[in-house]
Amino acid sequence: MSDDESREAAEQRREGILEPEAEMDLRPGSATAGAELASGAAAAGYFGETLMIEQQSLGGEVWRRFRRDKFAMIGLAAIIIIIILAVFAPWIAPHDPLKQFDEGITMKGMPVGSSAKFLLGTDTLGRDMLSRILYGARVSLFIGIVANGFALLLGVVFGLTAGYFKGGAETLIMRMTDVMMAFPILLLAIALSTTVFSNGGVWLLVVVITIVYWTPMTRVIHGEVLSIREKEFVDAARLTGATNRRILFRHILPHLVAPIIVYTSLGIATTIVFEATLSYIGVGVQPPTPSWGQMISMGQDYYYTAPQLVIYPGLAIVITVLAFNLVGDGLRDAFDPQQRRR
Amino acid sequence: MSAASSQRGAASAAGNGHQTLVRVEDLRVHFPITSGVVFQRKVGAVYAVDGLDFEIKTGETLGLVGESGCGKSTTGRAILQLIRPTTGRVFYEGGDLANLKGKALRKQRRRMQMIFQDPYASLNSRMTVGDIVGEPLLVHHMADRAGRKAKVRELLETVGINPNTLNRYPHEFSGGQRQRIGIARALAVEPNFIVCDEPISALDVSIRAQIINLLQQLQREFGLTYLFIAHDLSVVRHISDRVAVMYLGRIVELAENAVLYETPMHPYTQALLSAVPIPDPAAEEQRRPVVLTGDVPSPVEPPPGCHFHTRCPAAREGLCDVDDPVLKEVRPGHWAACHLITGDDYPHIRAGEDDLGVAVEDAVHPGGESA
Repeated sequence: MSDDESREAAEQRREGILEPEAEMDLRPGSATAGAELASGAAAAGYFGETLMIEQQSLGGEVWRRFRRDKFAMIGLAAIIIIIILAVFAPWIAPHDPLKQFDEGITMKGMPVGSSAKFLLGTDTLGRDMLSRILYGARVSLFIGIVANGFALLLGVVFGLTAGYFKGGAETLIMRMTDVMMAFPILLLAIALSTTVFSNGGVWLLVVVITIVYWTPMTRVIHGEVLSIREKEFVDAARLTGATNRRILFRHILPHLVAPIIVYTSLGIATTIVFEATLSYIGVGVQPPTPSWGQMISMGQDYYYTAPQLVIYPGLAIVITVLAFNLVGDGLRDAFDPQQRRR
Repeated sequence: MSAASSQRGAASAAGNGHQTLVRVEDLRVHFPITSGVVFQRKVGAVYAVDGLDFEIKTGETLGLVGESGCGKSTTGRAILQLIRPTTGRVFYEGGDLANLKGKALRKQRRRMQMIFQDPYASLNSRMTVGDIVGEPLLVHHMADRAGRKAKVRELLETVGINPNTLNRYPHEFSGGQRQRIGIARALAVEPNFIVCDEPISALDVSIRAQIINLLQQLQREFGLTYLFIAHDLSVVRHISDRVAVMYLGRIVELAENAVLYETPMHPYTQALLSAVPIPDPAAEEQRRPVVLTGDVPSPVEPPPGCHFHTRCPAAREGLCDVDDPVLKEVRPGHWAACHLITGDDYPHIRAGEDDLGVAVEDAVHPGGESA
């Protein structure tokens, strides 16, 4: 009640007729005016003292907040492990992921379960599951990271152009994103991968995913730029005579680092799922290249008798996606502590 | 807008021998209101600034006062071409800025700068103080790397910031210190003219005086010309040579500092000044502020005739709500836009005796009473 009243009063003061704040005596020669004049020496001593308090870069502060987030740290550890496993798969994997072992199939033609030779068993063609999952991580991460990199690049270019220059460019770009978002994404991807980009292999997926995922990035950047370009420091830069290029890259882009990092990490998670989906329905990574989605699709006929064929690649997808999501959420909180408190 | 053209461009105080640095002619800034998604059409406009004519002379401080939303800040930004004027011209040392584009405009930016209201928003938080203050030098190729550093240190010292802090980031400074950094940035290009857009209203009361004094000291030192935008009448009174009062996109009165505060002639100025508290309890007890009825009309649909007639206690039907008053020189150096000012005659607005009503005396007040 009283809180409301005081807020109301404050608002009236802010919006109301001129705020006559005449507490201070500004007449020349008066005591306050005379005694003040910032003298260099006194000022220097004062600043020297107060400025020692905090000196921490933005990156350091974000890392400090991020470190306190247990789940995000677990996610980060998982991502690091997955990346190491993927990169060093040829050395870590116990077998060639494409080799079909005679002893990998039972007399009845069924895949074998866990054993010393095949830690996670084999698939329906007698190939080592563990090796295939490790190599599958390479495909998933490659597509997730590269496709997001391209989507990010397009998003930054289009988002900056639309948000900063506005006008016709903005209308064109933003309506294009509207059109893209109105498309059924899966149908679009299937259509693209079966027609224009057929037989493209992994790069085909990168292209398809970039085409589909540049829109959300563009919209995020566009929105951010719209708010940043109205900040007074942008006006100040323009007043100093800075060129548009300088304002864009020196003043606006550095403020986009936080949303870019956050949305990219979340985007990688989405992309990995999307890749798995496409591979599952058969338009993504083509056999024999191992991919998690494709492994699930292969194993689904055996889920009664050999559920591990579905469970292991499924777990791989869940863990990877969860890790990227945890890190993305953690980064968002670390970059913007105010938002978290809400 | 009927008879405005005859008097246009002449609203200067009878010359004190000073040269005109900035001349504003029929400046209008209208922000379009659009609707529709792809095919936007204009459905109206915010008449933020609606026909200003005035001059700023070399070395003077022109105060610009008015309530929130009257177009003060827009005026300052339009003069500096941060907002391009809808129509009208802004002459700086005789050259029209409103026609300049691209490189030519960027070159002219060296001559005029701005000090912003919010010292938190006006410094890029991702740049060091040295980069912020040094950027204008870099942009205009005024010095090499070593020269820039020396100049930045010198500038910081000038505004009272420890020059050894140039590798720090803005968030490590207090509001007052940030404002000083903003002033150092404005000074970097050695401008002649600075628009101060409410430079102290976001600051703590205890450090406002410091910034005001710094601004005055710099003006003396570098021969600067200021357009000082504020809503704080006592600050404007302290720092200005002449004062212009704005209401709803127009200047209603412009006069020498002392004249305006002692003998306000426009009814709006009189009401405005009566609202200033007096720092003396006994006198404050006696003060009777004129409380205007109603709100400021929307700048989307400004009232016809005199913009102030809807709230003016002295307004005359058939005159004030029909004809646009022209800003004319009612006494030497004293300009006002009011139909009711004729010769030495002007409406005298004062608070009613026992309520908050407003009374108008039609008597002649040649000398004027205290504000």
